[in-house]
Amino acid sequence: MSLKAIYKYGSPPNFYRFAMKLEPWCFSLGVFLIVIGTIGGLFIAPKDYQMGDAYRIIYFHVPSAYLSMSAYAAMGFASTIGIVWRSTVAFSVAKSIAPFGALITALALITGMLWGKPMWGTAWVWDARLTSEFILLLLYLGYITLHASIKEQKRADRAASLVAILGIINLPIIHYSVVWWNTLHQASTISKIDAPSIVGEMLWPLLVMIIGYSLFFSAVICRGGSAEVLMREKRSKWVKEI
Amino acid sequence: MLPRHKRFIGILITLVGVTAAIYLILTSFQDNLLYYLTPSEAVTKNMDDQSTFRIGGLVEMGSFKRADGSLKASFVLTDGIESIEVNYTGILPDLFREGQGIIVTGRFNKTKVFIASEVLAKHDENYMPPDIHALEEPTL
Repeated sequence: MSLKAIYKYGSPPNFYRFAMKLEPWCFSLGVFLIVIGTIGGLFIAPKDYQMGDAYRIIYFHVPSAYLSMSAYAAMGFASTIGIVWRSTVAFSVAKSIAPFGALITALALITGMLWGKPMWGTAWVWDARLTSEFILLLLYLGYITLHASIKEQKRADRAASLVAILGIINLPIIHYSVVWWNTLHQASTISKIDAPSIVGEMLWPLLVMIIGYSLFFSAVICRGGSAEVLMREKRSKWVKEI
Repeated sequence: MLPRHKRFIGILITLVGVTAAIYLILTSFQDNLLYYLTPSEAVTKNMDDQSTFRIGGLVEMGSFKRADGSLKASFVLTDGIESIEVNYTGILPDLFREGQGIIVTGRFNKTKVFIASEVLAKHDENYMPPDIHALEEPTL
């Protein structure tokens, strides 16, 4: 993204108009892809040779886990922009990501537990992957509580952004935890340099789901970010004109 | 230097510093972060019969024994270099089978047989339908 673009969409009215135009597209395409991916994953994809039908929870677990991390990356990025440029829009976007990010992280953990119980024989162990993903949930919750506990808007933004930025360090730890340490959780299936270790008929619904989740997430952020911008700019002229 | 440059450099320095600190913490706790030992590590570390720990390995083909009507199972865990005999009484997870990656928690007895109190199945990152799997070579 060039600096010009940051300045252009960094102005609250421009961001608001852009986000409101983008939101319905992201929302409808996202929901459409999630429906297609769900049908593909639950009904069309073949059974796994080891896990039978039980592996199908992968179509919810992997997109949730993927999004929990990329949403955090987006929150950290927005917080950095916010601190460096003192940008209302960036702070608003970061703040609107946090609750959704916490929710999707919880979803990744819960679907993982539901999968682990029958397959591994346990719902939870404190191995490096599960623990670092749990820390991600705590980072989201820490951001939310810290932001809510400081009354003055500017100080709240700065303090919470620091949590968001420092938490970025956890992202490579989550990703490489299965490589760096022995874990109960298996290694990556898709995000590796070799070809994915999953056959094409099983892979496409997974990719469709990941794109669908991401678009849906973008729609939520367009909406949440815009609402936050309107709240913060409620006394300005352009908001009164809407 | 503009204030925003200062803020950016401040963020970078903080990030680098905290990353270095976390790196040092994680490397010094390396042993504690390992969820399990491989059979070779368990043998070279010469674990005594007092300490409880976990071993992760593959169940050796043809090593699984269980008497009819009993929950007492015995099998051999291997990493291709060292093999350890494991005894376990209880229900095994769905994915338990010969050739499968397994993690057992427990301790050695006096005769170096591992008495497991918990057996977990580790599944790999490969997903495929049964007909494709039948075409591939067995992995062990």
